[in-house]
Amino acid sequence: MKKFFYLILIFVIPIKAFALIEVDITRGNLNPLPIAVSPLSIDDNSKKNFEKILKKKNIGSEISSVVENNLKISGLFNPLNKDAFLQAPEIANLKPRFEDWNLIKAQALITGKVNYVDEKLRVEFRLWDVLAGKEMMALAFTTVPNNWRRVGHIITDKVYERLTGEKGYFDTRIIYVAEEGPKTKRIKKLAIMDQDGANNKFLTLGNELVLTPRFNPTSQMVTYLSYFRNLPRVYLLDIETGMQEVVGDFPGMTFAPRFSPDGKKIIMSFAKDGNSDIYTMDLENRIVEKITNHPSIDTSPSYSPDGKYICFNSDRSGYQQIYVMKSDGSNVKRISFGKGLYGTPVWSPRGDLIAFTKLHKGKFYIGVMRTDGSGERLLTENYYQEAPSWSPNGRVLIFYRETKTNDKGEGFSAKLWSIDLTGYNERLVKTPVDASDPSWSSLLSN
Amino acid sequence: MGRSILISSILHTLLIMITALSLPFLAKKPINLPPIVSIELIQITDKTNIPFAPKAKKIIEKVKEKEKKLVSEQAPPKKVKKIKPESIPMPDDKVKKVEEIKEDKQNPEKIDDEIKQVSEFEKKELIDPNNIAALIDKAKVENAKTTNKKDKITQDQQRSVENIGLSLSEEDALKAQIFGCWSIPLGLPYNENLLVRIKLELNPDGTVSQSEILDHARMNKPGQGFYKVLAESALRAIKLCQPLRVPTTGYERWKELQLNFDAREMLEG
Repeated sequence: MKKFFYLILIFVIPIKAFALIEVDITRGNLNPLPIAVSPLSIDDNSKKNFEKILKKKNIGSEISSVVENNLKISGLFNPLNKDAFLQAPEIANLKPRFEDWNLIKAQALITGKVNYVDEKLRVEFRLWDVLAGKEMMALAFTTVPNNWRRVGHIITDKVYERLTGEKGYFDTRIIYVAEEGPKTKRIKKLAIMDQDGANNKFLTLGNELVLTPRFNPTSQMVTYLSYFRNLPRVYLLDIETGMQEVVGDFPGMTFAPRFSPDGKKIIMSFAKDGNSDIYTMDLENRIVEKITNHPSIDTSPSYSPDGKYICFNSDRSGYQQIYVMKSDGSNVKRISFGKGLYGTPVWSPRGDLIAFTKLHKGKFYIGVMRTDGSGERLLTENYYQEAPSWSPNGRVLIFYRETKTNDKGEGFSAKLWSIDLTGYNERLVKTPVDASDPSWSSLLSN
Repeated sequence: MGRSILISSILHTLLIMITALSLPFLAKKPINLPPIVSIELIQITDKTNIPFAPKAKKIIEKVKEKEKKLVSEQAPPKKVKKIKPESIPMPDDKVKKVEEIKEDKQNPEKIDDEIKQVSEFEKKELIDPNNIAALIDKAKVENAKTTNKKDKITQDQQRSVENIGLSLSEEDALKAQIFGCWSIPLGLPYNENLLVRIKLELNPDGTVSQSEILDHARMNKPGQGFYKVLAESALRAIKLCQPLRVPTTGYERWKELQLNFDAREMLEG
């Protein structure tokens, strides 16, 4: 009887002890996070020195403006109006009065200061969690004064990573084809700029036609296609040194050379004996290897980030569709089955998605699908747009769009646009002239 | 003999009559108990998630108001002295203030000495070693309040209430409130376990007196950096939502609450 009583107790006591109420929170909001970017404080002496070197009145405010603009264009943050800030930058950097920042509904706060040390720019910044009232991160950078914009981008990357959980994409550059003149006599030059459109530079003179520049995912090298005496040539260009070399002359129609994830190979398509197939070229020994062997037209190859798979474009089913195969050319599988034609597949650096251009009923769409072809989502629609390129964190796509310049449908203009994976944050990327074929670099600093 | 039989029968008859007349009065007594209609209504809401009919809602609001009045009569809120906010320093005070703050724990001047300028483009993390222990402790358990404020009236009311979970309507109200406050970090890897369990200790007014991340050890594991970001976002949501929309009654039931934040559903789409 006693044993029976203890047995009952064993069952009853735990039930009483675990009577804690649990509530599952499975939804949240995707609203931009309100963040206050306090201008970086600067002492008078540093201010004067930087004014002399950089011709900027207050470099602290300039850097914080770069950060603020980056956060805003990401679509994930809502930088608050500086007029509402109650605390002075130099005091906020030492110890923020969280009640004041709470009052203007800021959830995060960035403070910092700028110094002139041994002819160098020293920037320190701190990220604060306003609601918890604690410091989340503090970093300091020392660099040459001319790098001040990059400091702003690096700060944004760090803040972005700390608050969203994924790497940023702000300390990056975009290479594109700058276009000028009428459509029949178009001058095309290679151009490069920061991801926010600043520091635009032209890399070629425009006397040769250039096409499809693509960044090496591991370094600041670019491969592109240029026509020399009406023959397509594949070039390699080192952005840091400006050195350029010819990889090789290829026959017939050559398309879109692209680097392998380790940067050691180039993958492209060209037509040999009247049939377009996919080839790779080892950059060290220049050995060319044929990957596909099919009577159909195979183009636009792109490696998966682990280098094990390749996605490409083929009309072997009768219509242009997207296919995936192993990197040795085996196990070819069609993944796109929707209505319309699919082209320019690009594997995301995260590895989870493939971006593409789709043509259906006279309209062009930029979309994404999973690597098995499921979950197709069309992000943006227009009359002519193509060539998506991923940001290094796989969250944003940049592409180009051609539009008519007036209501009568005369003239045309090509511009770069970016859109994030939500499909809501579409933005025009400003370029000094018309632009096409963009390619996003990897992060300049890690 | 005959006389005694007569007396006995009269007395018996009298007894029967008294019994017959008095019993119904005894039986009527419980019917005269105070009205229980309002109590019935409250119990229904406890067990269902059917929205209140407009009439019933009015009645319940009246009852709630009465209860509020009772609380304020018997347990007046503590008078807390208002702390004066730090005044904005005047130009003359500025120098002094800055010097004072410099002596604080997070003293950037001390850190300056630790940073070496080695490369052309160098970055350094500014960490105050004295502060690490404090930071770890803070991250684990956050005490918003230490006072043990207990409302006697609310406790008395709970004696009759069973120790059961929140009703569906109560749970929905709380969920809806937190959904609005939780900004989900979008960069989380959705093929990982994205569940953060936070145990809360609540005050009767719905404010949080203590919050604890239950899988705290996971925060510092290599390759689990995203978990920290997620846990912090959940803590921010709780802070932003304060006071939580908890039931007005039954404090004993929900004074300890566990919130399971799971971002996977949202991120997978």
